[in-house]
Amino acid sequence: MKDKHWLVRPDTIRKLWIGSSVVLALLVIADLFVHHHGAFGIDETFGFYAWYGLLTCAAMVFAAKGLGLILKRPDDFYDD
Amino acid sequence: MISLIPPGLVLVAGGFLLPLLRNPWRGWLMLALPLLTLWMVWLIPDGPVLSGAFLDYTVVPIKGDALSRLFATVFVIMAFAGAIYGLNQDKVSELAATFVYAGSAIGVAFAGDLITVFVFWEIMAIASTMVVWSAGSQRSYQAGMRYLAIHLFGGVVLMSGIVAYVGETGSTAFVSMSIPLTVDSVGAWLILVGFLINAGAPPLSAWLPDAYPEASYTGMVTLSAFTTKTAVYVLLRGFPGAEILIWIGLYMAFYGIIYALLENDMRRILAYSIVNQVGFMVAGIGIGTEMALNGAAAHAFTHIIYKALLLMSAGSVLFMTGKRKCTDLGGLFQSMPITCVCGIIGALSISSFPFTSGFISKSMISQGAADQGLTVAWFMLTAASAGVFLHAGIKFPWFVFFQKDSGLRPPDPPLNMCVAMVLFAFLCIAIGVFPGPLYALLPFPVDYVPYTFSHVITMFQLLLFSGLAFFLLLPQMKRTLTISLDVDWLYRRLAPAVIRRFGEVFVPADQRARKMVLIRFEKFVAGIFRHHGPQGILARTWPTGSTVMWVAVLLGVYLVFYYI
Repeated sequence: MKDKHWLVRPDTIRKLWIGSSVVLALLVIADLFVHHHGAFGIDETFGFYAWYGLLTCAAMVFAAKGLGLILKRPDDFYDD
Repeated sequence: MISLIPPGLVLVAGGFLLPLLRNPWRGWLMLALPLLTLWMVWLIPDGPVLSGAFLDYTVVPIKGDALSRLFATVFVIMAFAGAIYGLNQDKVSELAATFVYAGSAIGVAFAGDLITVFVFWEIMAIASTMVVWSAGSQRSYQAGMRYLAIHLFGGVVLMSGIVAYVGETGSTAFVSMSIPLTVDSVGAWLILVGFLINAGAPPLSAWLPDAYPEASYTGMVTLSAFTTKTAVYVLLRGFPGAEILIWIGLYMAFYGIIYALLENDMRRILAYSIVNQVGFMVAGIGIGTEMALNGAAAHAFTHIIYKALLLMSAGSVLFMTGKRKCTDLGGLFQSMPITCVCGIIGALSISSFPFTSGFISKSMISQGAADQGLTVAWFMLTAASAGVFLHAGIKFPWFVFFQKDSGLRPPDPPLNMCVAMVLFAFLCIAIGVFPGPLYALLPFPVDYVPYTFSHVITMFQLLLFSGLAFFLLLPQMKRTLTISLDVDWLYRRLAPAVIRRFGEVFVPADQRARKMVLIRFEKFVAGIFRHHGPQGILARTWPTGSTVMWVAVLLGVYLVFYYI
């Protein structure tokens, strides 16, 4: 435990998760006080960028995973 | 007077001089040449400076305007920082090729006609191949060969396009070709295809992640800057507002994300993310408004700097550990603090974090889409922006410097490499915080304020929730010792297999056919021998009388034919 860098100790990681969650929550709450000038309507709604970022990223991760089933090969595939 | 010399040629000539010098003179020349070139770039006024005739055509080797100066400036900045980073590179061939490569890219940026564009375009292809080959490994040789084949093919397409275009219009001038971009303008279409091949556009994007990561630790830094960004430059000049580019660009943006998410090699991750970033620029060029074109140009400028920074960081890791796979790396933040912090600054910039350079450039492209009411394009660009943080912004620093502890404890790289990284990290933040000077260099007047409270908050929301997605889905992104198939499979596996199969069928058939012909021929020869050989009927000595008889017969026949 002692020889682990302070940044990677489980205790620090737990605190980082808590700190990040607070920041994320504050960012969404900040939306209440901002007047957005959206171009399409939906991009002016509460928390749009938060859920859009989260969901599209999740979609991209799963799309990559799905394509990976077909496209992935051992990394010595082209070595003769 | 000095402005009559193409600034790019200074770097090209300097490149040939480098191998003749020893350190420290070589090092001093490497640093002095870009500074001299920068001075020359800024001496070039607007309009044609140098023009002449080649065969029956007008060539304008130097023509200045804001767009040319913007790209030439960032190319020179790149050459300078690359020179600092490469001071300890002992492969002189690579350093020389790098200077020729940078010089020819600047040559393209000031080319006023298509013939000059083509000449520098081809020098760029050869010099960049030399950079790949300079790594000296078998893999780099093979990857360089494939790279060269693709780029020479692109050059042939471009040349055909130029010939057709000059035939159609009678002019060699390099100006916007978007307006006559109709189905029947074969020349313009071929030129567009030639340009797009260098941009890493589909279907031939694979040359980039195939070749660049095989270059040396310094080689890939320079490779990342010039070929794709000269392609962005010529597209900006030649095809602003060509709508098809919006869709090509969006495809590239997502292609880069998906493949980078699947990738295990840290420098291949960054190579895919070049395609992703150039996708944003290509989409911006397709949107074609002043806002979007400014955005594409500004994004090329900032991209060169933060991408080089990311690759310097990755190059330092490669240089110090000899490893490049995420599965072999991790925990390096403990012993490489400068490399780690600079890498993170590059990663934040590519992700367009507020107060970094990417924020003030990429957002202009999205704004261009919003202004034009391009709903699908805007939503896709926004999703792709989130995806950049996912595939490069977090993935690169996380898997290289954090994740598990690999047990590796290399120190930061030599001083010159650290200086180059710190310089570019400084520029990433300086441009992000003070965008004014960059905006002043853009081709059109800038009517855009990046720092509004709303914009900063929404960007933080988008990016930090992408970050949340990354860490929530981390188990889905476990690194595997794999590569992902791409179009290059067609020419690396399918084509050779088809040729081999063809050989398997054709060679026996060919042998059979030849044998048959040979047997026939032997029989024929034997027949002749039978008649003409020593014992042959035709070889016998005939009496004179019979000869006279045959001559009489011949003459008789001739007479008969004559009368008929």
